[in-house]
Amino acid sequence: MATRLKEIDAVVIGMGWAGGILARELTLAGLNVVGLERGPDRRPAQDFALPGIRDELRYQGRLELMGDNSLDTITFRNQPEQLALPIRRWSAFLPGEGVGGTGNHWGASHWRFQPDDFHLRSYLQARYGAKAVADTMTIQDWPVGYDELEPHYDRFDKVCGVSGRAGNIKGRKIEGGNVFEGPRSGEYPNRPMPPSEGGAMFAAASKSLGYHPFPLPFSAASAPYKNIYGVSMGACQECGFCTRTACEASAKASTVSTIMPALRQDPRFELRTRVFVSKLVYDKAAKRVTGVLYTDLKTGAEYEQPANIVVLSAFVFSNTHMLLHSGIGEPYDHSTGKGQVGRNYCYQFEAPAVAFFPDKELNPYMGSPGGGVVIDDFNNANFDHSGLGFVGGGYVIASSGNAPPIDGRSVPAGTPSWGSQWKSETVKWYYHAMHFNTQGSVYAHRDNYMDIDPTYRDALGRPLLRLTYNGTANDHAMSRHLLARLEGIIKAMGPAQYEVRPRPRNFTIVPYQSTHNSGGTVMGTDPGNSVVNRYLQAWDAHNLFIMGASTFPQQNGYNPTGTLGALALWSADKIKGSYLKNPGPLVHA
Amino acid sequence: MANGTIPRRDFLAGAGVAGALATSLPTANADAAPPQAGNATPETWLVLTAEEQAFYSAVADTMIPADALSPSGTQCGIPVFIDRQLASAWGAGARMYRAGPFHQGLPEQGYQLPLTPRDYFAAGVQAANAWSSKTYGKTFDRLAPGQRIEALTAMEAGKAAFEDFDARAFFQRLLTITMEGFFSDPIYGGNRGKASWHMLGFPGLPATYAGKVEEYRNKRYVAEPQSIADFS
Repeated sequence: MATRLKEIDAVVIGMGWAGGILARELTLAGLNVVGLERGPDRRPAQDFALPGIRDELRYQGRLELMGDNSLDTITFRNQPEQLALPIRRWSAFLPGEGVGGTGNHWGASHWRFQPDDFHLRSYLQARYGAKAVADTMTIQDWPVGYDELEPHYDRFDKVCGVSGRAGNIKGRKIEGGNVFEGPRSGEYPNRPMPPSEGGAMFAAASKSLGYHPFPLPFSAASAPYKNIYGVSMGACQECGFCTRTACEASAKASTVSTIMPALRQDPRFELRTRVFVSKLVYDKAAKRVTGVLYTDLKTGAEYEQPANIVVLSAFVFSNTHMLLHSGIGEPYDHSTGKGQVGRNYCYQFEAPAVAFFPDKELNPYMGSPGGGVVIDDFNNANFDHSGLGFVGGGYVIASSGNAPPIDGRSVPAGTPSWGSQWKSETVKWYYHAMHFNTQGSVYAHRDNYMDIDPTYRDALGRPLLRLTYNGTANDHAMSRHLLARLEGIIKAMGPAQYEVRPRPRNFTIVPYQSTHNSGGTVMGTDPGNSVVNRYLQAWDAHNLFIMGASTFPQQNGYNPTGTLGALALWSADKIKGSYLKNPGPLVHA
Repeated sequence: MANGTIPRRDFLAGAGVAGALATSLPTANADAAPPQAGNATPETWLVLTAEEQAFYSAVADTMIPADALSPSGTQCGIPVFIDRQLASAWGAGARMYRAGPFHQGLPEQGYQLPLTPRDYFAAGVQAANAWSSKTYGKTFDRLAPGQRIEALTAMEAGKAAFEDFDARAFFQRLLTITMEGFFSDPIYGGNRGKASWHMLGFPGLPATYAGKVEEYRNKRYVAEPQSIADFS
């Protein structure tokens, strides 16, 4: 029997990016907030310190910062008629664990979605006709627009100390930034990182082809920075260990580096770690969540924490799972297309390339993701899709600073994978291999969804979440188009050899591709097309606010975190400005 | 030694089980025991059996042969690395979902066996040696260098039919853990003398390069590699 605790103003489930933002914003509004986190606390001076943080085997190989699959995982299949089996260790995507969540180990690509992404279905039908969106493609307009979100995008930039170069300030286009981006209210908080040598070569070649290269917007401070919460960040040390690893310099933005130092000083905030939330306590008649049930993994005791406001800010899978398990909302039924919870799961469609430049010294272990150079010429509304046979798009990047020795070595295709020749080729090319990526949209399809698995259970005895996903013909065509554009740029760079790597036909749960999952609790204009309204408030429980990429109606051709953070700040503003004064539905269905 | 096979005792010498034991044994095949990296201390083992030590040593020396670029896989400590990894929490299956029921599944669904890495590798070594004995009349560690290459090539290509074990999948895991042992920080027992980091020109730690991207633009950055242990 769960011990019932004293009611609190707000409880936050999951202390990653969105949870950290809501905890800070609500405590600033005078609320007492409890943060519940399944993993451990992450204290940079202890847990992210040199020299131990520079350990490729521990962090990148053995996935030190990722979720514990023995406690909770999901099952997976490509198609609805297949038997789903559990993901026994994370691989294709790597949800994080502990305070800071996935934000501790991200590559810190900090993007905004473009204005037309927010009314995607209307935009595509207006430009290409009603038939441009197939019946099976269940994309929809967002219930919030770019202009409304812009002030929150701007604030999130200033939480993170983002380093970059603007390409559009209040409608004025600026050469050298992303001229395709929506209007920004101002320049980035910090100047961009210096481009890698490979990035500089990519910039010159793409410019010669008429494209518009710019530095990757990077969620780390290129110089010491004090953010809008008064937290000081260090300068990026260009260590080359960013992805899957945390930052010893507190330069890379995360809840740990940009929010926790302020929250730890705030008596209105209480952090409880190693607690596993099992269920939301739902009063269906009152359309309210009265609290949350959790098991303390340090004692085995079960608690009920009553709360006036519940913020559900776990990863995409856990958010969706929590609603299904708590009986909130109507589960998506694939056979009828009815129901909302679990609908519109989307992934991110990446496809890489490698090229070899024997005369260039690329120091491949040195630098930051922010030294990467990007073109955005082939994202959604930035080019004409007439006659191409697909919709969507993405960006193309010359990556930087990501070649540690276990996982970052490349040799030309056809080289043996071991033995004398492998060794000599590995040494020959280590300093001269350059890596590229294309990062494309995934548009929702009626066959891609999440529901409850009939067989497998987690450590608390709950049935697991089941993911059904495969790449669609549309998204494959989009990805091939992006790769062909990338190939054109690589050829213009004049490598000795190169190789582009198209995606396999079926999505596969190994190897690593991207942690950008979305959907399951999508936002929309009414309960018939969504789980949450434009303020991320659940239609079926007015004091439940659901944060994160689980609310994205579909995945655009950009990394999700910039928009995830802006949405969290937008929701927090509405809670503070309207909901606290007058608790109830913020949008009437 | 007319057929060029390597006697088991040479494996022991190659694996660094030196001192009184190794020096008391005659070295019949000089090629099989290339110059040592100077480690005369006997290895200690946490979990590997003698058969497994011999197997991993033979694999490591075939995948990473001694040449001008680096010492052999065994000299770099790869069997010791594998021993430590399989004895670790990772090797015991920590943080891995291991509940049934179990099905073979599709390749897209990833690893679906109940075995921990330690149990998986133990079963794999036995399956590989059984196949090697059936095919060549001796266990893998006793094959001649050319036969070892042939056997690993067959496993990699899916042409080695192990009994009740997926040889191709086993080969890929073997390759992965061998390369991890060669390239990881030496604190884990492999990459002795930072051999692979010297070979690649990877500087290791502290990896604080602020300002150096510009300074070393299209110029090779050269530094004596340093391990986590050098800063501890």
